[in-house]
Amino acid sequence: MAAERFPIEWGHILMFARAVGDPNPVYEDPERAVAPPTFTMASAQFDPDYFLRPKIGKPWFGSGKEPTGISRESSGTGGGGGGGGTGLHAEQHFEYHKPLRPGMVLTATQKPGRSWEKEGKRAGKLVFNEGITEYRDESGELVVTARMVGVRTEKVVGS
Amino acid sequence: MSVEAGQKHEVVLVEDLKRTQIVQYAGASGDYNPLHTDEVFATKVAGYPTVFAHGMLTMGMTGRALTDLVGTAGLTRFGGRFTSQVWPGDTLTARITVESVADGIAELTVSTVNQDGVEVFSGTAAARV
Repeated sequence: MAAERFPIEWGHILMFARAVGDPNPVYEDPERAVAPPTFTMASAQFDPDYFLRPKIGKPWFGSGKEPTGISRESSGTGGGGGGGGTGLHAEQHFEYHKPLRPGMVLTATQKPGRSWEKEGKRAGKLVFNEGITEYRDESGELVVTARMVGVRTEKVVGS
Repeated sequence: MSVEAGQKHEVVLVEDLKRTQIVQYAGASGDYNPLHTDEVFATKVAGYPTVFAHGMLTMGMTGRALTDLVGTAGLTRFGGRFTSQVWPGDTLTARITVESVADGIAELTVSTVNQDGVEVFSGTAAARV
């Protein structure tokens, strides 16, 4: 998730905390709220090219009149995780360099990591891809480093 | 707050996970992958039995168990693997163990399991305590 401007806003933190079912009252207080541990994932909202958000006037691979809005081949090829059908999120790691509070404005820059393959028991060949996102504050200091590992499988995995 | 080696902390993160909570996470996070919220797409196009939760919803819920224990500003590291999918109706419990405390840093392991005892997230974390 690359973003030139990821503003940390209290209302967004509160919505995120509710979504992950965290009842801690600290999130209801704009003066005391700190971003929850996985909050930087929400920088996706500020990535203009994020492929898992419908874009106004563009085709979208979710269902409408038909089960999918576009052909499968052209969906979900970017990023480390997610994807249209067979891309899954395998691992996620965060390093926290300083607390993330409302009022901060971050930049998120992405760099590719390693890539490897493995033969899976249930899903056939597995292709792993790593992506590293660095979140920096306005003075350029690192706030959070995120490392995502995505996996693409040959077959659908459903338990 | 005191955190000591050997300490264990267990939190029920969600009971009977609702599809609406998955929608709520999609909206808050910005990950609108229809695999998680669009039953027609998930079943007819992607071939899954139904929609399933974002891995990051599971990890986000698990993060709550960590901040309950070490506070919202103490974590220095948190990471792990998504070991099984989480489906609507699942009940998830996070189990945290304090492995060690040295020089003001606690090393923790965390395992989130579903109602059948299947691990869905397996990770580690470190925190200033």
